[in-house]
Amino acid sequence: MIKINNLQARVEDKEILKGINLEINPGEIHAIMGPNGSGKSTLSNVIAGREDYEVTGGSIDFEGENLLDLDPEERAHKGIFLSFQYPVEIPGVTVSNFIKTAINESRKGRGQEPMEAREMLAKMREKTALLEMDKSYLSRSLNEGFSGGEKKRNEIFQMAMLEPKLAILDETDSGLDIDALRIVAGGVNKLRTADNAVMVITHYQRLLDYIKPDFVHVLYNGRIVKSGGPELAHELEEKGYDWIKAENA
Amino acid sequence: MTDLAQDLLSSFVVAEPQLNGSRNLGVVHLRKEALDRFETLGFPTTRDEEWKYTNLKPVLKHNYRILLKGDDAVSFADIKSYLLSDLDTYKLVFINGKYSSWLSDSTHQEFDVCTFAAALNKYPDIIAEYLGKAAPKGETFVDLNTAFADDGAFIRVKASQTVDKPIEILYLTTNENGPSFSQVRNLIIVEQNAEVQIVERHQNIGDQPSFTNFVSEVFAARDARVSYYKVQNDANEATLVDNTHVVQKETSNVHVGTYTFGGKLVRNNLHFYSAGTHAESHMDGITIIGNGQTVDHHTLVDHQEPNCYSRELYKGIYLGKSHGIFNGKVMVRQKAQKTNAFQQNDNILLSDKAKVDTKPQLEIFADDVRCSHGCTVGQLDRNALFYLRSRGIPKREAEGLMTYAFAADALEYVKIPQLEKRLNRVIAEKLGINLEFTL
Repeated sequence: MIKINNLQARVEDKEILKGINLEINPGEIHAIMGPNGSGKSTLSNVIAGREDYEVTGGSIDFEGENLLDLDPEERAHKGIFLSFQYPVEIPGVTVSNFIKTAINESRKGRGQEPMEAREMLAKMREKTALLEMDKSYLSRSLNEGFSGGEKKRNEIFQMAMLEPKLAILDETDSGLDIDALRIVAGGVNKLRTADNAVMVITHYQRLLDYIKPDFVHVLYNGRIVKSGGPELAHELEEKGYDWIKAENA
Repeated sequence: MTDLAQDLLSSFVVAEPQLNGSRNLGVVHLRKEALDRFETLGFPTTRDEEWKYTNLKPVLKHNYRILLKGDDAVSFADIKSYLLSDLDTYKLVFINGKYSSWLSDSTHQEFDVCTFAAALNKYPDIIAEYLGKAAPKGETFVDLNTAFADDGAFIRVKASQTVDKPIEILYLTTNENGPSFSQVRNLIIVEQNAEVQIVERHQNIGDQPSFTNFVSEVFAARDARVSYYKVQNDANEATLVDNTHVVQKETSNVHVGTYTFGGKLVRNNLHFYSAGTHAESHMDGITIIGNGQTVDHHTLVDHQEPNCYSRELYKGIYLGKSHGIFNGKVMVRQKAQKTNAFQQNDNILLSDKAKVDTKPQLEIFADDVRCSHGCTVGQLDRNALFYLRSRGIPKREAEGLMTYAFAADALEYVKIPQLEKRLNRVIAEKLGINLEFTL
């Protein structure tokens, strides 16, 4: 589905990604772990197309297309979704109008007709129920006055509505209490199919108890320095990141 | 003294005997005094503190015709798009300052929705009681208007009456033959516990420059409720100086909304005089302008009595090489204890060439009051833009959505749904977006 090859990126003059290689296939869950400042969020933002990052080398191939040639909205139309670490508050735009606009713009981008109002409504009902969200969410201003947990849940709600091929969850566990974490992770699991994939970015093992990864990668200093199965996450949980740092000093 | 000022002074001699109300000695006196003051004051320049950021020179230089004629050739089809077509309203239509009875829908039944000219002749006592009592003497544009204006809207709602449908006032300029300078005047009297909604618009439908010097005096008696909406979306060659002065008595509630999307230069002098306890004054507005346009909002709330509330919210969106000015003065007199005054002016610059000068001005002489004010000038938030785009919303739509959301809360007090819809449509059009919904 996505092939990242020797990806290098920087912000202003600071080199952050120094050659990332990663391949994710349909149906897989990959966890990207690593200490703070290792480049995890940069990787997710570069995939989603944030223009503050300058890609200086390498490539990202998404279903046979060079992702780096596309605007953020075009990437979304192709099926890339980024759940933000810090979702932005947009006063004056309600959740329901926002998601309607997002879905119909994405459909337009793919040459499809807008979704029928009735279908949209039914889908919103279904997905709010899935995430145990009160319907009053939908008429609130997007993220405005939302608690940390509500913001994250709202991100997964958008993911559920948009049904992306590749969902990138950037530190979705931060700010969640254990109950919210279970609901959010449960939602992600229920949305899994053989055709979509998830990239979970996290600092801690905790989320991975609920969203079980097929592969775990350790990102350090702009490179993937270790890859393995779920057991790698447990090892990191036990031993911390110091041994990784020592190995790569 | 400018040539235009000279022209005005010399043409007064010719004009004066022809003006409506010229048989009313009180009015004649008022006009002459006002003209004398104008002769002394002249037009303001950027050396005047109140006109520091707005240069009138380029719009005063035209060779305006001062004594205008009506235009019988205008048909309803010509003006339809300037009216709320999906709503039944009273209509007062003026063409080049002259009342057009065939395009209007007035009434004298339970309340007066008619013309200033008619009132000058028909109601000398009311004219003597109200004319010139809200708009201050010594303001040069008010004085000039007082000297020349002989028509406009006259609305009088008697005690405890509610006008059954909104009143639309349309001032048209047709000026194929050259630039024109028109002076029109409203007198709006809303008596005790009466209620009225007014939608007003100035529109140049010619292709020559126009200058409108407009005065509107509003008197809201005890418990009166007034909603007064100004839609300013004029042609690129149009200049408007709008002098609106509102006097409020106790527990009255007046809202003036000013929505400015067009014109070459628009100056709004909007003054509220809170002259009764527990009065509520609302003024808000949205300004969206582009290349070569200037909009200047000069507001005053004069709190004269205790326990009054004022709310002021102005949003500005500036594209291209445009210039916005906001000067919001709040005066709280010594007697006006427990005043609660709120003022906010927020601006977004969507172009490097756009400019905003914003200035809150508070003069507080009472010690037990709550006054808050704030102003912001900024650009669209890059993070928010990326957030919307990452959800599949294209850049242009994302910018439009954010800009619209920024502006929309200044529409909260619009009580006529058809007007709100119309304003939403104009905003979407100005921002170049397709809004499938209202927020």
